[in-house]
Amino acid sequence: MSASAALEFRVPSDLGRIEGIVAQVVHRCREHAFGGRQLALNVPVALTEALANAMLRGNGEDGRKEVRVRAEVSAARLVVEVEDEGAGFDLEACTVDPTTPERLEREQGRGLFLMRSLMDEVACVRGAGTIVRLTLHRR
Amino acid sequence: MSLHVTTQGDVVIIAVDGQLIVGNRQELKQQVLDRVEAGARKVVVDFAGAGYIDSSGLGVLVSLAKRLRELGGDLRLANLNEDLLTLFELTKLDSLFRIAASRDQAVEGF
Repeated sequence: MSASAALEFRVPSDLGRIEGIVAQVVHRCREHAFGGRQLALNVPVALTEALANAMLRGNGEDGRKEVRVRAEVSAARLVVEVEDEGAGFDLEACTVDPTTPERLEREQGRGLFLMRSLMDEVACVRGAGTIVRLTLHRR
Repeated sequence: MSLHVTTQGDVVIIAVDGQLIVGNRQELKQQVLDRVEAGARKVVVDFAGAGYIDSSGLGVLVSLAKRLRELGGDLRLANLNEDLLTLFELTKLDSLFRIAASRDQAVEGF
Protein backbone atom coordinates (compact mmCIF):
# COMPACT_ATOMS: atom_id res chain seq x y z
CA MET A 1 0.00 0.00 0.00
CA SER A 2 1.43 3.39 -0.94
CA ALA A 3 1.55 6.34 1.43
CA SER A 4 -1.89 7.70 2.24
CA ALA A 5 -2.73 11.33 2.88
CA ALA A 6 -1.02 12.66 5.97
CA LEU A 7 -3.01 12.85 9.18
CA GLU A 8 -3.00 16.36 10.60
CA PHE A 9 -4.24 17.64 13.94
CA ARG A 10 -4.16 21.00 15.63
CA VAL A 11 -5.25 20.83 19.27
CA PRO A 12 -5.01 22.91 22.44
CA SER A 13 -2.64 21.77 25.18
CA ASP A 14 -5.20 19.43 26.72
CA LEU A 15 -3.92 16.05 27.89
CA GLY A 16 -7.36 14.60 27.28
CA ARG A 17 -6.81 14.99 23.55
CA ILE A 18 -3.80 12.69 23.43
CA GLU A 19 -5.52 9.32 23.39
CA GLY A 20 -7.73 10.15 20.41
CA ILE A 21 -4.82 11.37 18.29
CA VAL A 22 -2.77 8.31 19.18
CA ALA A 23 -5.67 6.01 18.27
CA GLN A 24 -5.97 7.55 14.80
CA VAL A 25 -2.25 7.29 14.09
CA VAL A 26 -2.18 3.68 15.30
CA HIS A 27 -5.19 2.91 13.11
CA ARG A 28 -3.39 4.32 10.08
CA CYS A 29 -0.30 2.23 10.91
CA ARG A 30 -2.51 -0.84 11.19
CA GLU A 31 -3.85 -0.19 7.69
CA HIS A 32 -0.24 -0.31 6.50
CA ALA A 33 0.35 -3.64 8.26
CA PHE A 34 2.76 -2.49 10.93
CA GLY A 35 3.74 -5.23 13.38
CA GLY A 36 1.71 -6.09 16.43
CA ARG A 37 4.25 -4.83 18.92
CA GLN A 38 4.68 -1.62 16.99
CA LEU A 39 0.91 -1.07 17.11
CA ALA A 40 0.53 -2.00 20.77
CA LEU A 41 3.71 -0.52 22.21
CA ASN A 42 6.14 1.47 20.06
CA VAL A 43 3.74 3.84 18.30
CA PRO A 44 1.25 4.58 21.09
CA VAL A 45 3.79 4.98 23.88
CA ALA A 46 6.31 7.07 21.93
CA LEU A 47 3.63 9.31 20.45
CA THR A 48 1.95 9.76 23.84
CA GLU A 49 5.32 10.84 25.24
CA ALA A 50 5.89 13.32 22.42
CA LEU A 51 2.42 14.84 22.81
CA ALA A 52 2.67 15.05 26.59
CA ASN A 53 6.10 16.62 26.32
CA ALA A 54 4.78 19.22 23.87
CA MET A 55 1.78 20.11 26.04
CA LEU A 56 3.41 20.02 29.46
CA ARG A 57 6.93 21.27 28.78
CA GLY A 58 6.88 22.92 25.36
CA ASN A 59 3.63 24.79 25.97
CA GLY A 60 3.96 24.90 29.75
CA GLU A 61 0.45 23.46 30.26
CA ASP A 62 -0.99 26.65 28.77
CA GLY A 63 -4.33 25.64 27.26
CA ARG A 64 -4.23 28.64 24.91
CA LYS A 65 -1.14 27.25 23.21
CA GLU A 66 -1.56 24.65 20.51
CA VAL A 67 0.12 21.46 19.46
CA ARG A 68 0.25 20.49 15.80
CA VAL A 69 0.67 16.91 14.68
CA ARG A 70 1.41 15.64 11.19
CA ALA A 71 1.73 11.89 10.63
CA GLU A 72 2.78 10.34 7.33
CA VAL A 73 2.43 6.59 7.11
CA SER A 74 3.54 4.33 4.30
CA ALA A 75 4.34 0.65 3.89
CA ALA A 76 7.91 1.57 4.74
CA ARG A 77 7.66 3.86 7.72
CA LEU A 78 5.82 6.19 10.06
CA VAL A 79 7.08 9.76 10.31
CA VAL A 80 5.20 11.88 12.81
CA GLU A 81 5.97 15.45 13.74
CA VAL A 82 4.72 17.03 16.95
CA GLU A 83 5.11 20.79 17.10
CA ASP A 84 4.61 22.98 20.15
CA GLU A 85 5.02 26.70 20.74
CA GLY A 86 8.00 26.36 23.05
CA ALA A 87 11.57 27.54 22.76
CA GLY A 88 12.99 24.07 22.20
CA PHE A 89 15.27 21.81 24.16
CA ASP A 90 18.46 19.86 23.75
CA LEU A 91 17.33 16.28 23.15
CA GLU A 92 20.70 14.81 24.06
CA ALA A 93 21.12 16.84 27.22
CA CYS A 94 17.56 16.22 28.40
CA THR A 95 17.58 12.45 27.89
CA VAL A 96 18.70 10.66 31.03
CA ASP A 97 19.06 6.97 31.67
CA PRO A 98 16.25 6.18 34.13
CA THR A 99 17.49 2.62 34.65
CA THR A 100 20.46 3.47 36.87
CA PRO A 101 20.08 2.43 40.52
CA GLU A 102 19.87 6.05 41.72
CA ARG A 103 17.14 6.93 39.22
CA LEU A 104 15.14 3.71 39.13
CA GLU A 105 12.72 4.72 41.88
CA ARG A 106 12.07 8.21 40.57
CA GLU A 107 8.53 8.99 39.49
CA GLN A 108 9.58 11.08 36.50
CA GLY A 109 12.29 11.13 33.85
CA ARG A 110 11.38 8.21 31.58
CA GLY A 111 9.57 10.05 28.77
CA LEU A 112 12.41 10.95 26.41
CA PHE A 113 14.16 7.68 27.17
CA LEU A 114 11.07 5.72 26.12
CA MET A 115 10.53 7.85 23.03
CA ARG A 116 14.08 7.20 21.88
CA SER A 117 14.04 3.53 22.85
CA LEU A 118 10.81 2.80 20.98
CA MET A 119 11.46 4.77 17.78
CA ASP A 120 14.18 4.25 15.16
CA GLU A 121 14.93 7.97 15.04
CA VAL A 122 13.98 10.95 17.17
CA ALA A 123 14.98 14.45 16.12
CA CYS A 124 14.26 17.84 17.57
CA VAL A 125 14.21 20.72 15.08
CA ARG A 126 13.09 24.32 15.09
CA GLY A 127 10.06 25.41 13.09
CA ALA A 128 7.65 28.14 14.14
CA GLY A 129 8.00 26.43 17.52
CA THR A 130 9.76 23.19 18.39
CA ILE A 131 9.20 20.09 16.30
CA VAL A 132 9.90 16.60 17.60
CA ARG A 133 10.09 14.19 14.67
CA LEU A 134 9.61 10.48 15.33
CA THR A 135 10.46 7.88 12.71
CA LEU A 136 9.64 4.17 12.90
CA HIS A 137 10.33 1.70 10.09
CA ARG A 138 7.63 -0.91 9.55
CA ARG A 139 8.54 -4.45 10.50
CA MET B 1 -9.49 4.20 31.31
CA SER B 2 -11.72 2.75 33.96
CA LEU B 3 -10.80 1.14 37.27
CA HIS B 4 -12.59 -1.73 38.96
CA VAL B 5 -11.74 -2.13 42.63
CA THR B 6 -12.36 -5.33 44.59
CA THR B 7 -10.90 -6.91 47.72
CA GLN B 8 -9.77 -10.43 48.42
CA GLY B 9 -9.08 -10.82 52.13
CA ASP B 10 -6.84 -7.91 53.06
CA VAL B 11 -5.63 -7.40 49.47
CA VAL B 12 -7.06 -4.59 47.39
CA ILE B 13 -7.20 -5.44 43.70
CA ILE B 14 -7.47 -2.69 41.15
CA ALA B 15 -8.20 -3.78 37.58
CA VAL B 16 -7.15 -1.27 34.93
CA ASP B 17 -9.23 -1.21 31.78
CA GLY B 18 -7.74 0.82 28.93
CA GLN B 19 -4.64 3.00 28.77
CA LEU B 20 -2.78 4.17 31.88
CA ILE B 21 -1.33 7.44 30.65
CA VAL B 22 -0.57 11.04 31.50
CA GLY B 23 -4.18 12.19 31.17
CA ASN B 24 -5.66 9.73 33.67
CA ARG B 25 -2.87 8.48 35.94
CA GLN B 26 -4.13 10.58 38.85
CA GLU B 27 -7.31 8.49 38.96
CA LEU B 28 -5.30 5.38 39.78
CA LYS B 29 -3.10 7.27 42.22
CA GLN B 30 -6.12 8.65 44.09
CA GLN B 31 -7.88 5.27 44.19
CA VAL B 32 -4.85 3.61 45.76
CA LEU B 33 -4.09 6.48 48.15
CA ASP B 34 -7.71 6.49 49.34
CA ARG B 35 -7.41 2.78 50.13
CA VAL B 36 -4.07 3.30 51.84
CA GLU B 37 -5.61 6.08 53.90
CA ALA B 38 -8.30 3.62 54.94
CA GLY B 39 -5.64 1.14 56.09
CA ALA B 40 -4.87 -1.00 53.04
CA ARG B 41 -1.25 -2.12 52.75
CA LYS B 42 -1.45 -4.85 50.12
CA VAL B 43 -2.42 -3.78 46.62
CA VAL B 44 -2.49 -5.67 43.33
CA VAL B 45 -2.88 -3.79 40.06
CA ASP B 46 -4.33 -6.13 37.45
CA PHE B 47 -3.52 -5.24 33.84
CA ALA B 48 -5.53 -8.00 32.15
CA GLY B 49 -7.76 -5.42 30.49
CA ALA B 50 -5.13 -2.72 30.03
CA GLY B 51 -3.77 -1.28 26.81
CA TYR B 52 -0.53 0.65 26.87
CA ILE B 53 1.20 2.50 29.71
CA ASP B 54 3.28 5.64 29.26
CA SER B 55 6.05 7.07 31.43
CA SER B 56 3.54 8.91 33.63
CA GLY B 57 1.66 5.69 34.26
CA LEU B 58 4.89 3.91 35.12
CA GLY B 59 5.83 6.81 37.40
CA VAL B 60 2.59 6.54 39.35
CA LEU B 61 3.15 2.82 39.90
CA VAL B 62 6.67 3.52 41.15
CA SER B 63 5.45 6.25 43.47
CA LEU B 64 2.63 4.11 44.90
CA ALA B 65 4.89 1.10 45.44
CA LYS B 66 7.37 3.30 47.27
CA ARG B 67 4.64 4.70 49.51
CA LEU B 68 3.25 1.28 50.34
CA ARG B 69 6.69 -0.14 51.09
CA GLU B 70 7.38 2.76 53.46
CA LEU B 71 4.25 1.64 55.33
CA GLY B 72 5.30 -1.99 55.41
CA GLY B 73 3.10 -3.06 52.52
CA ASP B 74 3.59 -3.56 48.81
CA LEU B 75 2.07 -2.95 45.41
CA ARG B 76 2.28 -5.86 43.02
CA LEU B 77 1.37 -6.27 39.38
CA ALA B 78 -0.52 -9.01 37.57
CA ASN B 79 -1.40 -10.02 34.03
CA LEU B 80 1.09 -7.87 32.12
CA ASN B 81 1.00 -8.92 28.47
CA GLU B 82 4.21 -9.40 26.48
CA ASP B 83 4.25 -5.83 25.24
CA LEU B 84 3.82 -4.40 28.72
CA LEU B 85 6.45 -6.78 30.07
CA THR B 86 8.82 -5.44 27.43
CA LEU B 87 8.11 -1.93 28.67
CA PHE B 88 8.97 -2.93 32.23
CA GLU B 89 12.12 -4.69 31.07
CA LEU B 90 13.19 -1.72 28.96
CA THR B 91 12.91 0.59 31.96
CA LYS B 92 14.25 -2.09 34.34
CA LEU B 93 11.13 -1.67 36.42
CA ASP B 94 10.72 -5.43 36.27
CA SER B 95 13.41 -5.43 38.96
CA LEU B 96 11.41 -3.07 41.17
CA PHE B 97 8.05 -4.84 41.12
CA ARG B 98 6.84 -8.33 41.85
CA ILE B 99 5.05 -9.29 38.66
CA ALA B 100 2.65 -12.23 38.77
CA ALA B 101 1.23 -14.14 35.85
CA SER B 102 -2.27 -14.00 37.31
CA ARG B 103 -4.31 -12.10 39.84
CA ASP B 104 -4.57 -15.16 42.08
CA GLN B 105 -0.81 -15.67 42.06
CA ALA B 106 -0.29 -12.03 43.00
CA VAL B 107 -2.73 -12.29 45.90
CA GLU B 108 -1.35 -15.62 47.10
CA GLY B 109 2.18 -14.20 46.99
CA PHE B 110 1.48 -11.75 49.79
